[in-house]
Amino acid sequence: MRRTSRIIRIPKSPDHPPTTPRSRTALRAAAALAAGVLAVSLTACGGDDDGGDNGKGDGTGDTGTTVTLPDLKGESLEVAAVWTGAEQANFKKVLAEFEKRTGAEVTFVPAQDPIINFLGSKIAGGAPPDVALLPQPGAIKQAVEKGWAKPLGAGATKELTENYAQAWQDIGKVDGKQYGVYYKAANKSLIWYNAQVFENAGAAEPTTWDELLTAAQTVYDSGVTPFSVGGADGWTLTDWFENVYLSQAGPEKYDQLARHEIKWTDPSVKEALTTLAGIWGKKDYVAGGASGALQTEFPASVTQTFTGGDQPQAGMVYEGDFVQVNIAETDAEVGTDAKVFPFPAAGDAPPVVSGGDAAVILEDSEAAQALATFLASPDAAGIQAKLGGYLSPNKNVPNSAYPNEVQQKMAKALIDAGDDFRFDMSDQAPQAFGGTPGKGEWKALQDFLKNPKDVAGTQARLEADAAAAYGN
Amino acid sequence: MASDPAVGAPKAAPTAPKSRRSVTGTRRTVAALFLLPALVLLGALVVYPIGYSVVRSFYDQSGDGFAGIDNYRALFTDEGIRTALKNNIIWVVFAPTVATALGLVFAVLTERVRWGTAFKLVVFMPMAISMLAAGIIFRLVYDQDPDKGVANAVWVGVHDTFAESSAFPKAHPGRESPLEPAGGGAFITTGTVSAGDTVTLPLVGVAPDLMPDGAKPAAAAKPEDDRITGTTWQDFTRGEGVGALNRVDASELGYPGMRIEAVRDGKVVETATAGADGTFSLSSKADGARLRLPASNFAAPYNGLDWLGPSLVTPAIIGSYIWMWAGFAMVLIAAGLAGMPRELLEAARVDGANEWQVFRRITVPLLAPVLAVVTVTLMINVLKVFDLVFIIAPGSSQDDANVLALELYRQGFSADQPGIASAIAVFLLLLVIPVMWFNVRRLRREVRR
Repeated sequence: MRRTSRIIRIPKSPDHPPTTPRSRTALRAAAALAAGVLAVSLTACGGDDDGGDNGKGDGTGDTGTTVTLPDLKGESLEVAAVWTGAEQANFKKVLAEFEKRTGAEVTFVPAQDPIINFLGSKIAGGAPPDVALLPQPGAIKQAVEKGWAKPLGAGATKELTENYAQAWQDIGKVDGKQYGVYYKAANKSLIWYNAQVFENAGAAEPTTWDELLTAAQTVYDSGVTPFSVGGADGWTLTDWFENVYLSQAGPEKYDQLARHEIKWTDPSVKEALTTLAGIWGKKDYVAGGASGALQTEFPASVTQTFTGGDQPQAGMVYEGDFVQVNIAETDAEVGTDAKVFPFPAAGDAPPVVSGGDAAVILEDSEAAQALATFLASPDAAGIQAKLGGYLSPNKNVPNSAYPNEVQQKMAKALIDAGDDFRFDMSDQAPQAFGGTPGKGEWKALQDFLKNPKDVAGTQARLEADAAAAYGN
Repeated sequence: MASDPAVGAPKAAPTAPKSRRSVTGTRRTVAALFLLPALVLLGALVVYPIGYSVVRSFYDQSGDGFAGIDNYRALFTDEGIRTALKNNIIWVVFAPTVATALGLVFAVLTERVRWGTAFKLVVFMPMAISMLAAGIIFRLVYDQDPDKGVANAVWVGVHDTFAESSAFPKAHPGRESPLEPAGGGAFITTGTVSAGDTVTLPLVGVAPDLMPDGAKPAAAAKPEDDRITGTTWQDFTRGEGVGALNRVDASELGYPGMRIEAVRDGKVVETATAGADGTFSLSSKADGARLRLPASNFAAPYNGLDWLGPSLVTPAIIGSYIWMWAGFAMVLIAAGLAGMPRELLEAARVDGANEWQVFRRITVPLLAPVLAVVTVTLMINVLKVFDLVFIIAPGSSQDDANVLALELYRQGFSADQPGIASAIAVFLLLLVIPVMWFNVRRLRREVRR
């Protein structure tokens, strides 16, 4: 699932079905209107941006020369993504820079989840956006199979090979052809902790699973529940599992399991689940107990860790870099009150599980190719990196571009992983298995959280659901 | 304008044989012209979508291949859809009847109260809230944490009035502790004690602000010749972990009120209660016994009911639905009550019937048509219930709370199975038709009367 949908899990009202094909002219009119409004707001943004950049020591100046873009005066582009709020505003600043350099006019089209369905209705209506940011490798594949996505040109491919680790290029490929530019990445191998709790307990940041258990015990001994788990959202649980599994079984097995080439009844899965049960199944280790955790949604799982002074509901919460957004809702300060350490190694190496959004071209044109090229360059990523709340898989973005220590730490872990990171497994799985509330992997792991002794039963259930969803 | 048809009608009636004019004297073409917008709108917005859903339900996932009745077969074989079906039946049986019954009670009672209108207003108020908002409200009401969810706050409050919770719910032995679990949540010393000994019973894990107010810094017990003395305390120094392991550090607090039992051969031979500084003293009767901290010291605080867990989630959501719709039922029934002939009630009372008999034998039978309308309207409403379930049920129990409309949404928009979703839609339509038919027939009878 998309991560924005994870943060704001206010379900869409059924009064607004996401896919309503409208007539072409009406769409055009609406688009024109939106373009007009946006053009005004974009110029306003651009103005702001200029002012801000001067203050920040000419940020765009030093990276501004790495990529040459054609002159695109008079061209216009539409870019669709599901981002909202600050994330959208920041991305618009990147688009404004593109407009400034090329003269093209770029319109941001806000989309809804799942974006692939949104694009389907746009394409059926005959007016697809030129470029869309797709969150899962599965979605790119789907777009290619349906003939929507257009391969990247030489310019964008060149930028990619220069700036991206091979693995990041590969997940944007379908059948050997490059379709996607991973513009934005998420580091999902982080454990956030309440610094006050760790200080009170005298616990230290762990680097291995055993140390994590020791730290948890120390926190528990101090009278604070060690972990907060947002079990009402199944994806937090799949992310837990993926980290443990990737670290223990290694990248190869991880890939095999993601493609369902090995069964979920495999001993490696058993080992990972047993390891997980060491935390999930321990009395008083999970805030609210299993049944409480199963009713805690992800945002609450974060806020309850960072509110309550000396006595928060829990000392640690696991999830990706986007936890920051939810911490911002509390009084805690990221970097001082809320700190982070990489997910400890449960096996040989610490895991790096990631997610991300890839730009894919839907309407091939010089302008669309130029935008893809721009998004693959360190220039674009550098602009958004400075604004915070963003990680780029682009290895040529200087670590110093990130605004604070926490961001730098997360970006470094992501880039250092090189080719050894793995993409979120449940995002690679068919949606029926890896992305549907109350079904498949989500449900099986929720049941496992409730009854962590039942490793074999969980495996059997996972395998049955996976077999049905993968169709093998 | 308004008088036109009235004037035209009597004139037109005798000249009816003249073609192209209807009873009211309008030209057919004009009539058609006026009907056209409605027909087009109805056709485009109602008839066409229904027809297309029916067609779509016979095609497979991509919409290219004919699937026959596969989608309908999935309806009755898929476990998730079967749960939805079962829940829908529970909803249709309980929600309308309970809401109507409550509405009837409210309506009859408010009729005789002085502040009846104010009461009615309050009961009707939830109707002014959207289903979505009501869902969010009840998601909070049913929250597991008694500090947030009012349902559990009340429940726990009532429970704790009768059974008090213990002072040290999460206390447990730390590292290398002389204590071991004795089953059932109690802890017992690994070795026996003898007279003259001083014993340490260190535990950890009580949050500082949950310590009893009377707790004082722990003190080491002084040995006494023919007694067994000891200390039980929180062996945890803030910021330093356990500090000196199993020894009393300066800033560590005693466990006042901790009960200690001396157990020999499975029998309790002596008991003591720790003082404010955690010290306790046992007589020589405890000689050779093991010391046990009974489970009653550590009983976890009662956490209330798991409202949104698998077993209670559907009744809980039905409860929130009734909260919203009992007011609706009440208002309709009150209207029916107002139109009821008073003489009958008076006559019954004169004949010596008591209030219950009047209610049971006169009011309810006279209100039967109104009650039927309310129940049937609510049934139609309940068949398509979606918002409350979607919002109130947390992801972990959405499967258990599933209803057809929600399953339709999930199949259609998240599982990308438009064929099955269409089949569910058609099935829902079939379910609504008999109820609709009943309603229309009743309406016709009413008009004829």
